[in-house]
Amino acid sequence: MGPITLDHYVFLSAALFCLGVAGVLIRRNILVMFMSLEIMLNAVNLLLGSIAAFRGDAAGQVFVFFIMLVAAAEIAVGLAVMVMVYRNTGSIDLKDLSNLKW
Amino acid sequence: MKNLLVVLIPLLPLLGFAVSGLFGKRLGKSATGLLASGMVLLSFLCAAALAMLHFRTGDSAIVVNLFSWIRMPGLSIPMGLLVDPLSLMMVFVVTGIGFLIHVYSIGYMHDDDGVARFFSYLNLFTFFMLVLVLADNFAVLFIGWEGVGLCSYLLIGFWFKNHAFNGAAVKAFVVNRIGDAGFLLGLFLMAMTFGSLSFAEVFSRAASFGSGAPAITLITLFLFIGASGKSAQIPLYTWLPDAMAGPTPVSALIHAATMVTAGVYLVIRSNALYALAPLTMAIIAAVGLATAIWAGLIALSQRDIKKVLAYSTVSQLGFMFLALGMGAWSTGFFHVFTHAFFKALLFLGAGSVIHALSGEQDIRRMGGLRKALPVTYATMLAGTLAIAGIPPFAGFFSKDEIFAKVFEHAPALWAIALAGAFVTSFYMFRLFFLVFHGEFRGDATAKHHLHESPKVMTAPLVVLALGALGAGFAGLPEIFGAPHWISDFLAPVTGRGESHLSHATEWMLMGASVATGLLALLFAWVRYGVKGRVPAEDASVTGVARWSLGKFFIDELYDRAIVKPLFRFSAWIHDVLDRRGLDGAVGAIAGISPWLGQQVRLLQTGNTAFYLFAMALGVFLILFVATLR
Repeated sequence: MGPITLDHYVFLSAALFCLGVAGVLIRRNILVMFMSLEIMLNAVNLLLGSIAAFRGDAAGQVFVFFIMLVAAAEIAVGLAVMVMVYRNTGSIDLKDLSNLKW
Repeated sequence: MKNLLVVLIPLLPLLGFAVSGLFGKRLGKSATGLLASGMVLLSFLCAAALAMLHFRTGDSAIVVNLFSWIRMPGLSIPMGLLVDPLSLMMVFVVTGIGFLIHVYSIGYMHDDDGVARFFSYLNLFTFFMLVLVLADNFAVLFIGWEGVGLCSYLLIGFWFKNHAFNGAAVKAFVVNRIGDAGFLLGLFLMAMTFGSLSFAEVFSRAASFGSGAPAITLITLFLFIGASGKSAQIPLYTWLPDAMAGPTPVSALIHAATMVTAGVYLVIRSNALYALAPLTMAIIAAVGLATAIWAGLIALSQRDIKKVLAYSTVSQLGFMFLALGMGAWSTGFFHVFTHAFFKALLFLGAGSVIHALSGEQDIRRMGGLRKALPVTYATMLAGTLAIAGIPPFAGFFSKDEIFAKVFEHAPALWAIALAGAFVTSFYMFRLFFLVFHGEFRGDATAKHHLHESPKVMTAPLVVLALGALGAGFAGLPEIFGAPHWISDFLAPVTGRGESHLSHATEWMLMGASVATGLLALLFAWVRYGVKGRVPAEDASVTGVARWSLGKFFIDELYDRAIVKPLFRFSAWIHDVLDRRGLDGAVGAIAGISPWLGQQVRLLQTGNTAFYLFAMALGVFLILFVATLR
C-alpha cells in the first residue's frame, strides 16, 4: 500500500456521491432519501477539503463550512416539511405524495 | 365686408344648430324655434345684403378661400366659397323658403317632445345645403352633398320609435349612397383627368377636350348617377316616397324644395362639362322624361296625401332633368325656383290638413275641408293651380318654357311631356277635390276636431301662395316682350340660350299646355267633384290601376332582384368566409396552444421518484454533452 494521494480522496468522494444519488433514486422512504442527500453533500465537502489541502489554499475549507451551515438549515426545513407531510398523510412514503399532478 | 357676409351665410345656421342642439331643452320650445328661424332669416338677410353690394360693384363672382384643405402633389383643394348668380339664387331659395318652413314648424311641431332636436337638425340641414350651393369646388360641394344626405336620414327617422320610419330613413340613406358612389367615381376621374376639382379650372380645361370626349362623357355620367340618387330619378327614385315618413315640414324643406333639387343644381353648375357630352345629355333627357311620366302614373292612384305629393315631386324633378337634357340650363333652374315655392306650399298645406285631422293622411277619410280650413284651402288652390300649369301661376311659366325648349329640340318628346303635364294636372286636382270638396268622410270625432291651423302655420302658407302666384313673373316668355329676369341673371353661369321658335309656334305651345292642364282639371272635377267618386279599397282594385296603386311593384322588384340576393350573399359571406374561413383560421391557430399544453401536461405525473430520475438523467446528459466538447 502506497501513501494516500489526492486520487484516493477523489475516488472516495465520487463513490460516496454515487451512493447518495443511487439512494435518492432508489429508496422510497423520504427520511432515507434525505440521508442519501446528506451523503451527497458530504461527498462534495470531502472533495473540497482534500483539494484545498492539496493546493494549500484555505478557500476550499471555508467553502466546506458554508456548505455545512446551509446543510444544517436545509435539514431543519426539510425535517419540518417531513413532519407536516407525516401529519397530513400518516406516512412518509414517497408514493403517497403524488397529488401534484394534472 | 363681402367676404364676411359670404362666410356668415352658412355659419349662422351652424351656430343655430349648435345652440339649439346643446341648450335647446333649457331654452324651451318657443325660444328654440325662434332662434332656429332667426338664424335662417339672418342668413337670408346676409345674402340680401350681399346681393345689394354685389350688384353695385358689378362683379360676376366672389370667391372666398377660407383655408387650404387638401394639399398633395398634383392636386390642391382649398376650402373655398363661391358666390355667383346661380349660387346666390339657390341661397335665396334655401334660406327664404327654409325660413318660412322653420316658422311653420314652430306651430306644426309644437306638441312634439323633440322640438329642440328637430330645429337643430333643420338648422344643420340648412348649413349643409348652403355649403353645397356655395361650394367653390366639387370636393366642398361633396361635403354639403353628404351633409344634406345625413340630415335627410336624421329627419326622415325623426320619430325613431316607429320601426317603419327608421326603415324608410335607412332606405333613403342607402339609395343615396348608391348615387354618391357614382358621384365619387366622377370626382376621382375628374381629379385624374384635369388635376383639379375647382369649378373654374375644370371647366376651362375641359373646353380643350372637345365635344364627345370619352373622359368627359364618363365623368358627366358618373356625376349624373349622383344627381339621380339625390334628385330621385329612375332607377333611384324609390327612396323619396318613403321619405314621407318624416315630419311634414321636413318633406317640404328637404324632399321638395331644396335637397332633391341638388342634383339639378349639380348639373346646371357643371353645364360646361355637360355641354361637351351629347350622349349624357340624351340620357338625362330620356331619364328625366321617363321619370316624369312614370312617377305621374303612380301618383294617379295613391291614397296618402303626402305620397301623392312625393310622386309629384319625383315627376317634377323629371321635368327639370328633361329641360337640362335639352341644354336649357336656366330653364331647368327656373323650374327649380318656381317648384320650390309651390311644392313647399303644397306640402305645408298638406301638413296643415294632417294637423287638422290629428295625423290622418288617407285622402279617403278627408273631403269637404274647404269650410273648416279656409286659408289652407285657398293657398292649396294656388299651389295646385301652379303645379298644374294654369296661368298666371308660377308653374305655368316654367313648365311652358321647358315644353318650348323640348319642342324646339324634339317634338316627339314634347308630345309625351304634354301627356305628363296632363297626368300632373289630373292627379293634383284629384287630390284637391278629394280633400277639400264633397262631404267629410272621416268619423264624427274627427269632424268635431276639425280646425284651421294657427297663424304661425298659415302665415307661411300665405307667403308661399303669393310666391306660387308671382314667382313665374321672374321669367316671362319672350313673346310678352318683358325681360326674362332669371335667364338674364344666370347668363354669366349658364350662358344665354337662344330660342328659334316663331311667335306663332310659341303661342300654339302655350295654348296646348294650358288646354291640357284645364282639360285634366275638368276631368278631375267631373270625376271627383261632381260624381264624388272616392278611391276604392285596395283589395278591389284591378287591372292597370292596380299597377299604379302598387307603384308598378318596383319596390318589390328591387327587393327580389337586389336587396334579397344581397342579403343572401351577405349571409353567405358571414357564414362561410367569416365564420368558417376567418374565424376558423384564427380559432385553429389559437387552438394549437391548448392542444400542446394538453400533451405536455401528461408529463406531470405527480410521481416524485420519476421527477428525481428525470432530474438526474438531465444532469447526466448535460455533463455528458459538456464533456464531448
